[in-house]
Amino acid sequence: MTTQNLTRRHRVANLFHGFCFTVAWTGVVILGILLFHVTGEGLHWLDLQFLNDFPSRFPEKAGIRSALFGTLWLISLTATISIPLGVGAAIYLEEYAPKNSFTRFIDLNISNLAGVPSIVYGMLGLVIFVRLFDLDRSVLAGSMTMSLLILPIIIIASRESLRGVPSTLRQAAFALGATRWQTIYSHVLPAALPGILTGFILALSRAIGETAPLIMIGALTYVAFIPEGPMDEFTTLPIQIFNWASRPQKDFHELAAAGILVLLIVLLFMNSFAVYIRHWLERKI
Amino acid sequence: MKSNQTKIESKLASEAKVFRGGRAKSWREEVIKTTLFFCALISVLTTFSIVFILAQEAGGFFQDVSVFDFIFGTHWTPLLEPRSFGVLPLVCGTILIVVGAASLALPIGLATSIYLSEYASIRIRSLLKPLLEVLAGIPTIVYGYFALTFITPLFRTFFPKIQIFNAFSASIVVGIMILPMIASLCDNTFRAVPDSLRQGAYAVGATQYEVTTGVVIPSALSGVMSAFVLALSRAIGETMAVTLAAGATPKMTMDPFVSIQTMTAYIVQVSLGDTPAGTIAYQTIFAVSALLFIITLCMNIVSHRLLHRFREVYE
Repeated sequence: MTTQNLTRRHRVANLFHGFCFTVAWTGVVILGILLFHVTGEGLHWLDLQFLNDFPSRFPEKAGIRSALFGTLWLISLTATISIPLGVGAAIYLEEYAPKNSFTRFIDLNISNLAGVPSIVYGMLGLVIFVRLFDLDRSVLAGSMTMSLLILPIIIIASRESLRGVPSTLRQAAFALGATRWQTIYSHVLPAALPGILTGFILALSRAIGETAPLIMIGALTYVAFIPEGPMDEFTTLPIQIFNWASRPQKDFHELAAAGILVLLIVLLFMNSFAVYIRHWLERKI
Repeated sequence: MKSNQTKIESKLASEAKVFRGGRAKSWREEVIKTTLFFCALISVLTTFSIVFILAQEAGGFFQDVSVFDFIFGTHWTPLLEPRSFGVLPLVCGTILIVVGAASLALPIGLATSIYLSEYASIRIRSLLKPLLEVLAGIPTIVYGYFALTFITPLFRTFFPKIQIFNAFSASIVVGIMILPMIASLCDNTFRAVPDSLRQGAYAVGATQYEVTTGVVIPSALSGVMSAFVLALSRAIGETMAVTLAAGATPKMTMDPFVSIQTMTAYIVQVSLGDTPAGTIAYQTIFAVSALLFIITLCMNIVSHRLLHRFREVYE
C-alpha cells in the first residue's frame, strides 16, 4: 500500500467520524425545534384561567380543568391497579417460577405484548371493560385498559431489577430460617425497589401520554365537569389536545400548544421525581 | 452453576419450612405463591382475550365479506354507499408512512448509535443518551401536532401544492418517533460486540472507519436487523400522529404529498363517530385491527428471533 492510499483511508475515516457526529445530534436539534415551536405557540395562553376553566367553544374562555383532573384520576387508578399486578407477576417469574415450558411461554408472551399497538388494547378495553363488564365510558374502564397496556413494561423493568439483587442476599436469609416470602418481602424487594419504582414511573408517563386506547373506549372530547368517582365519564390532557388540534382555527391550535406545555410539564415533573427517588433510595441502601 | 444455586436455595427453603414447623406458615406461603402466579397469568389472559375478541368480531365481518375481497380489494368505502371492503388502500397508506419513516429513521438512527458506541466520549454519551430518551418519551399526540402546525406549513411555503393533510409530514414525525428506539437498540448491540474483534482489526492496521463498517456492523448485523424490524412494527402501529397529520382519505397512491389514511387512523375515525355495535361498520374496525395485530405480531416474532441469533453468538 502506498502512502497516498493511506492518506485517503484516513480522510475517509475522518469524514465518517464527522458525519456520525453531525447526524447524532439530529434528534437533539429536532427536540429543540419542537420545544421552541410549542412554547412559542402556546405560552401566551398559559395562565391560571387556562388551568381553571372548562373547555369552551370560545378559545379565550377555554381551559383544561376537566382534562387535568381526568388525567389525575386516570393515573391514580392506573397506578393502584397496575403496580400490585405488575410487581406480583415479576416476583413470581423471577423468584418462584419453575424453569419449564409454561414459564417460557409466559415470558415470550410478555415480550410480545409489549409490542402490541396501543390501539389494539383500546379494542380490548372496549369489548371487555366497556361492554362485557358494563363499566361504560368510566375512568375505571380507562384505567383498567391503561393498566393492561403498561403491565408488560412494569413486569420487564421489575424483573430486571429483581435479577440484579445478588443471590447471596437470598441465601443468607434462607440460612437464618426465613421462608421464601419472608426473604422476598424483607430483603429482596427493598433492594430491588429503586429499579422497580423507576420502571413504574416511566410506565406511568407512557400512560399519561397515550391517546388512542382512550378514544377507542370512548373517553369524551367535551367534558365540562370533574369526575367525582371511578364510574364517572372523563377526558384527559392528550384527548383535549387532540380535540383542539383537529379543529381548523388557529386559536384552537395555540390552545393545543398550551395544553401540550402542561402535559410536558407534568411528564417532566414525574421523570425528575423518578430520578430523585432512585437517587434517594440508592443512597439509603 | 445457576441451576445448582437454585437447587441449594429451594433445599434451604424447604428445610426452613421443616424447622419452623408452622403449618400456618407453609399454608400462607402457598397462598402467596398462588396469588403471584395469577398475577403472571394475567398477561396470558390478555393475549388470549385479544386474539379471541378480534377473531370473534372479525369472524362476523367475514361472514358478509369474503376474505379475498377484503385482502385484495382496492376500494375502501365501508361507511358510504356503495359499500366496498377492500383493505388495500389502508395498507397502502400505512406502507407509505412506514417507508417514509424508515428512510429517515434507519440511517440517522444507525449513525447515531455508531457515534454513541464507537466514537463518543463518556461525557458526551452521558449527555446525548438522556436527551434521546426525552425524545422517546414525548407523547405521540405532540408529534401529530408538530407535523400539522410546523412541518406541513414549512414545506408548503416551498411547495404550495402539498395538501394540508399529507403522508409526507406524518411519516417524518413517525420517523422522529422511532429514531431514539433504533439508536438505543443498535447502541446496545454494538456494545455487545466483543472488544477483541475491534482490537484484532486495529492490530492489522485498519482505520476506525474500517473497523466500524468492516467488523462491528457485520458482526452485529442480526441485532441491527432486529432493531429495524421492531422499530418498523412500532411505526405500523402508530396512531395519533397519522390521524392528525396524514388525513382521512383511503387511497391507492404512492404520492406522499396528498391526504391518505392508515389502518390505525381508520380505526380512530370510526370510533370517534357514533357507530352502534353489531353493524358492519363496527365490525370493520375489528377486521382491520386483526390485520394490524397479525402484521405487528409477525414482525415482533421475527425481531425476537434475530436478536436471539445475535445473542447466541456473543452473549
